[in-house]
Amino acid sequence: MKAFFDSDLWWSFTRSPVTMLSALVAFICIAGAVLAPVLAPHNPFDLASLQLMDAFKPPVWSGEGDATYPLGTDDQGRDMLSAIMYGARVSLLVGFCAVIFSTTLGVVLGLLAGYLGGRTDAVLMRIADIQLTFPSILVALLVDGVVRAALPREVHDQIALFVVIFAIGISNWPQFARTVRGSTLVERNKEYVQAARVIGLSPLSIMRSHVLPNVMSPVLVIATLNLGFAILAEATLSFLGVGVPPTQPSLGTLIRIGNDFLFSGEWWITIFPGVALIVMVLSVNLLGDWLRDALNPKLR
Amino acid sequence: MSLLQVQNLRVEFPTRRGTLVALDDVSFEIAPGEVLGVVGESGAGKSMTGAAIIGLLEPPGRIAGGQVRLEGRRIDNLPYEELRRIRGRQIGAIFQDPLTTLNPLYTVGDQLAETMTTHLPIGPAEAKKRAVEWLELVGIPAAAQRVDSYPHEFSGGMRQRVVIALALCAEPKLVVADEPTTALDVSIQAQVIALLKNLAREKGTAMMLVTHDMGVIAETADRVAVMYAGRIIEIGAVREVVKNAAHPYSAGLMGSIPPISHRVERLQAIEGAMPRLSAIPPGCPYNPRCPFVFDRCRVERPELMPAKANRAACWLYAPEEAQRLQESGLA
Amino acid sequence: MFSFIVSRLLQALPVMLVVSFISFAMFAYVGDPVAIMLGQDFTEAQRQALVRELGLDKPFFVQFMTFLGNAIQGEFGLSYRLSRPVAELIAERAPATLELALCAAVIAMAVGVPMGVYTGLYRNSWLSRFFLTFSLIGVSLPTFLIGILLILVFSVWLGWLPSFGRGDVVRLGWWSTGLLTWSGLKALILPAITLGLFQLTLIMRLVRSEMMEVLRTDYIKFARARGLPNRAVHFGHALKNTLVPVITIAGLQLGAIIAFAIVTETVFQWPGMGLLFIQSVGAADIPVMAAYLMMIAAVFVSINLIVDLLYYAVDPRLRIGRGRGH
Repeated sequence: MKAFFDSDLWWSFTRSPVTMLSALVAFICIAGAVLAPVLAPHNPFDLASLQLMDAFKPPVWSGEGDATYPLGTDDQGRDMLSAIMYGARVSLLVGFCAVIFSTTLGVVLGLLAGYLGGRTDAVLMRIADIQLTFPSILVALLVDGVVRAALPREVHDQIALFVVIFAIGISNWPQFARTVRGSTLVERNKEYVQAARVIGLSPLSIMRSHVLPNVMSPVLVIATLNLGFAILAEATLSFLGVGVPPTQPSLGTLIRIGNDFLFSGEWWITIFPGVALIVMVLSVNLLGDWLRDALNPKLR
Repeated sequence: MSLLQVQNLRVEFPTRRGTLVALDDVSFEIAPGEVLGVVGESGAGKSMTGAAIIGLLEPPGRIAGGQVRLEGRRIDNLPYEELRRIRGRQIGAIFQDPLTTLNPLYTVGDQLAETMTTHLPIGPAEAKKRAVEWLELVGIPAAAQRVDSYPHEFSGGMRQRVVIALALCAEPKLVVADEPTTALDVSIQAQVIALLKNLAREKGTAMMLVTHDMGVIAETADRVAVMYAGRIIEIGAVREVVKNAAHPYSAGLMGSIPPISHRVERLQAIEGAMPRLSAIPPGCPYNPRCPFVFDRCRVERPELMPAKANRAACWLYAPEEAQRLQESGLA
Repeated sequence: MFSFIVSRLLQALPVMLVVSFISFAMFAYVGDPVAIMLGQDFTEAQRQALVRELGLDKPFFVQFMTFLGNAIQGEFGLSYRLSRPVAELIAERAPATLELALCAAVIAMAVGVPMGVYTGLYRNSWLSRFFLTFSLIGVSLPTFLIGILLILVFSVWLGWLPSFGRGDVVRLGWWSTGLLTWSGLKALILPAITLGLFQLTLIMRLVRSEMMEVLRTDYIKFARARGLPNRAVHFGHALKNTLVPVITIAGLQLGAIIAFAIVTETVFQWPGMGLLFIQSVGAADIPVMAAYLMMIAAVFVSINLIVDLLYYAVDPRLRIGRGRGH
């Protein structure tokens, strides 16, 4: 731990107020989301506690608001603040899982392509190239659509969350794979790796103990920048109505619901989840930018 | 009257760790048609002097003092637009690396014509015609066809010929040539230098020839200025400086020209390295490396003073010191 | 020149083949098309007849070739959801999407490039800082939120612009255009800005960093040393050299614009292909999805070809010329 505080990373962190602020904001977002069941003033999923009388209450500062619902309520009388906290939970869960999925997939395939070379490399990179030609949101939509078509409706609703994670994760692996492959190619030809091979270490342990550590920092940077993207992708899918199931509304779902009430003047139902989404993504992106510059100034 | 007058020029670079003085009290003159060689180690301020004269110092570098006069008119404080009209028209420039100096997306003919129509009262057709003439003049074979070629279709040596044509095509009175042969193959360096020298003589163009190649200087220059740590430490006629340098540093530098006439076992090397701009010692900047150093050198900065047949910034040549040294039997 | 185009087309072929294979696999194996098309009640004979009609009893490779042949002729079968030929549905929706995408691209280029040039040239002016902050927010804002915010401000609060639909359209042959009517133009403004904003910030950042890079090069310094006017140095020499990367990204972004049109069209209920696609995803309407995928792939391949041709026009080094080429 002490080593961490002595490191350049920590030094550059303390030198950048914007970074510290975004770290703080990101921490608040994550804490608020994870601890939603404890911190949230209401449980938006507890149907018994919902009062239709409380529907469409504006935020507390608008005059007609109610102090028990600081950010107002939606069409079913759910507290917006609680709904946002629970929604952020879903958004973050999907975001994190999708990034972990695409990181694992990308790192493994990238290591394989770079280390084995030859035909494996050619095939994997060709697939990555073709997939990179298409915007990843389109890939995610297609994967989601295909799974939806392949599975009966009831089954799909049960595993919808995993489908979304899978769709977003699979749409993003090529970036990781390309970076890892590039670094692997460089590392593979270095003398110590050659030496490890000569003394008969297995390819697996060479990759794990020699190649992997050297590709970790670019992977970490891409993963952070991808977290923002994954959260946005989930929100977009849910907004389009093909993302997470309505029983587990994410921020995107909340925005979609609120969108229907934009014209009748209940702007807060859509704007507050939107603001929460922006703040979350912006803070994550700023952290990612900082990490990129701090870990490797050459990485663009 | 001299064509170019540089007086007490000072160039500073403000940095986070304080201001670096890149050029300090640099003064010299160039007469019409004269070739002034400027020599010194890398980082001595040779190229910086050229950039300051044409007003193209890299930011944040800036002229912090002194004057640059062209035919008596002060040009260092001109607004950008007026200085621009002087660049190319009155002062041409030749850069080091011909591979990167030409814009890859335009034909050499277009680049020549663009320069000429910018500065001379001629139309596009006339400019095109003159572009061909210039290419012939700098020795590009089949100029009439090559005028429509792109830079990447020429070899390095040919490209530097094109650069020379570009620098001279608006017929400036002075050319600042910044290491014009350094990036070229050794085999064609001599050709390019000869071309430059002959063209300048033909057109009556004066030249400031920045180089660290003493052979080029000896062959081309009329006078030579030796720079060290952002200052001119010796200036004089080329023959005198090469054969009979006054400043200990110049003497060392000239000693490093390999004599072609007879073989030598080892080239003479100057001990130590030039100080960084952030750590120039007080007094004479050369004092930590100088074999003749004495107390005054470490405290007081020498100005250029008559020394042998040249002018040198060295206390050895101050009359009072010369006398003292003679008395103590040191010199 | 001709061989250049042919070689590029040959390179595009594998991409198209892979995509059509995926489309075909979706078509043939996802869900049971026969069951979907027949509905609830059917006899075994009816089923057999349909299987034969669709060619589902043929070997895999033959089916794939038939699919390819049909696809080349624009035949993608019937939509499960709307029971109309897919080709007809797409042809009906295409003009709306293409007009929207084109306007968005024009906005992104026409505003993004000058902003990029400005911020590249005057790095420290307050306007540049403002543009950069704006672009950071633009990158972090999801497209649909931009649309919602624009609707809230310009439709709900100010009431200046319509929030959904295309307005009145004029038919020119099979093409329906909204560009010729006042209401059509008004309806286009918000969706086009929504769709173009992200690309705009992207192009601005790209042009800026490329400009800064090019301005450091020797040939720009030499252009200044030759006394060329600033305008010629900045636009004639610097900007032209940034064009190659800008064309690449802008080309790829045109593809992204078509993809993100799905989102924009949903927000604004814009009757284009994207809306059709998203409704098909929701209803698991495989023929439409497959056709859309093939069409997008075709668009991408054409864009890549156009990008390559533009390179060829901009950068003489790519032309196979006389003397020493690179």
